[in-house]
Amino acid sequence: MAKRIEVNGLDIYYGNFLAVQGVSMTIQPQSVTALIGPSGCGKSTFLRTLNRMHELVPGARVEGKVVMDDQDLYGADVDPVNVRRQIGMVFQRPNPFPTMSIYDNVVAGVKLNSKRMKKADMDALVERSLRAANLWDEVKDRLSKPGSGLSGGQQQRLCIARAVAVQPEVLLMDEPCSALDPISTMAIEDLMMQLKSEYTIVIVTHNMQQAARVSDTTGFFNLKAVGEPGGLVEVDATDKIFSNPSVQATEDYISGRFG
Amino acid sequence: MPPTTEKTRTRGAPQRPGDRIFAAASTGSGVLILVILAGVAAFLVSEAWPAITAPAEDIPGDDSFVVYVWPLLFGTLLSAFFALLIATPLAVAIALFITHYAPRRLAAALGYVIDLLAAVPSIIFGLWGVAELAPRTVEPTRWLEENLGFIPLFEGPASATGRTILTISLVLAVMILPIITSVVREAFLQTPRLHEEASLALGATRWEMIRMAVLPFGRSAIVGGAMLGLGRALGETMAVAILLSPSGNVSFNLISSANPSTIAANIALTFPESSGLTINVLIASGLVLFAVTLLVNMGARAVINRRREFSGAN
Repeated sequence: MAKRIEVNGLDIYYGNFLAVQGVSMTIQPQSVTALIGPSGCGKSTFLRTLNRMHELVPGARVEGKVVMDDQDLYGADVDPVNVRRQIGMVFQRPNPFPTMSIYDNVVAGVKLNSKRMKKADMDALVERSLRAANLWDEVKDRLSKPGSGLSGGQQQRLCIARAVAVQPEVLLMDEPCSALDPISTMAIEDLMMQLKSEYTIVIVTHNMQQAARVSDTTGFFNLKAVGEPGGLVEVDATDKIFSNPSVQATEDYISGRFG
Repeated sequence: MPPTTEKTRTRGAPQRPGDRIFAAASTGSGVLILVILAGVAAFLVSEAWPAITAPAEDIPGDDSFVVYVWPLLFGTLLSAFFALLIATPLAVAIALFITHYAPRRLAAALGYVIDLLAAVPSIIFGLWGVAELAPRTVEPTRWLEENLGFIPLFEGPASATGRTILTISLVLAVMILPIITSVVREAFLQTPRLHEEASLALGATRWEMIRMAVLPFGRSAIVGGAMLGLGRALGETMAVAILLSPSGNVSFNLISSANPSTIAANIALTFPESSGLTINVLIASGLVLFAVTLLVNMGARAVINRRREFSGAN
């Protein structure tokens, strides 16, 4: 588990519109990589190309290379469904399946991957995943209740449990705390710190303090100008980005001079 | 400000005229519906009462009302049930194609055609059934009789005219297909993008995504649409009246020419030559139809409510 992702010269298009240009970076395994930047600079778009979710938009395509431990994610014979099974995702708003119980939500992805599983193994997996998401103690007595009955923070942790239940190589998080209160945010951040021992985590966040708190590496995305494509300005160790960035735009952004 | 004064203030706050008018109008409409429904029920019961209590020899067929209405009710339920059985899966498939598989342009055109179909008067479907469909069912029903005759549904002898319960079920199915499709399509279109993405991000294929996110979300709409269709199939009059040649027997045999009629068609065919108690008998059969429709709808509600917690409405 936990693989390295190498991105090389990635251009992201919607039809003929170039949305993000020339991203090259290495995402280290067993670490948290944060992507920060103003709205509309392409950081979420970039995140979604890592598990090929952006392809759901008609006309979306990429040029360049995304390689995960020698496996080209955009190779001609690569099925996006298989990519997504290895690279899990947590979304901005908690989205447990409302028609499923908490238990079924956790095993939803597992049921896709391996059709048959013993009940005892399944129970063990549910407990392991919910424990990994720090949710077990809160829901263990109501596993058959609908997941939509939980609080927002609990729902988001349920989504994390659902994502880790399939034991992915990489976990992508698209502003996972932006719909949550500070207490729930703290719970999710603690969780990320625990999960990074087993997974490669990439998080998009608008909250710079959050990036500073949880990440090992930070990438700063920005638009060159209005109407121009977005791009990666610089990527470096989080300490360095927040104390002594090499590009003036990064310093302006993190010191609150714009964005 | 102490809390007590604030409370009295809100209670005594002047109501705006717009709010009052709107509240009165919507309450009035709601009450009106109930009054009309109660009025219809009262009319049916009072007019049906003489037939229900009448001695057997006064009823057409010289037997009790129950014996008179039973074959009609059976025919109504049988044809509507098979129509629903054919139309519902087809409607769900069409709705899925329109919402999740078809290219956008084709989807829009198809949706438009489906909505148009829903507006075609039922007599047109009836004429099509008599002139076009019925003769064409003769050969296939013979085949069914020969090869699947051991199933009571296809026992035969196959009708030579094609005017069978099977044909009427097919016509009814075509008739209710658009209405079910449009209800189901609306619901599928409203499947939250979040849930579709959640399943795709887990590595679901498109079909798996539909099973995980779209179908469960549309479940109550499927039941609701089917009930709307069933309501129309149960009450359908003209198409059945011109297509079926009833013999009044009770049998599950779908392909023979000995068929039960349906309540609505029987009323339409018998009413012009009726007088006296016969009219009461027909109204009483209408009451039975009314009650059945009501029961079916309550049943559907119960099915939807049973899984309300999981509906995603919260």
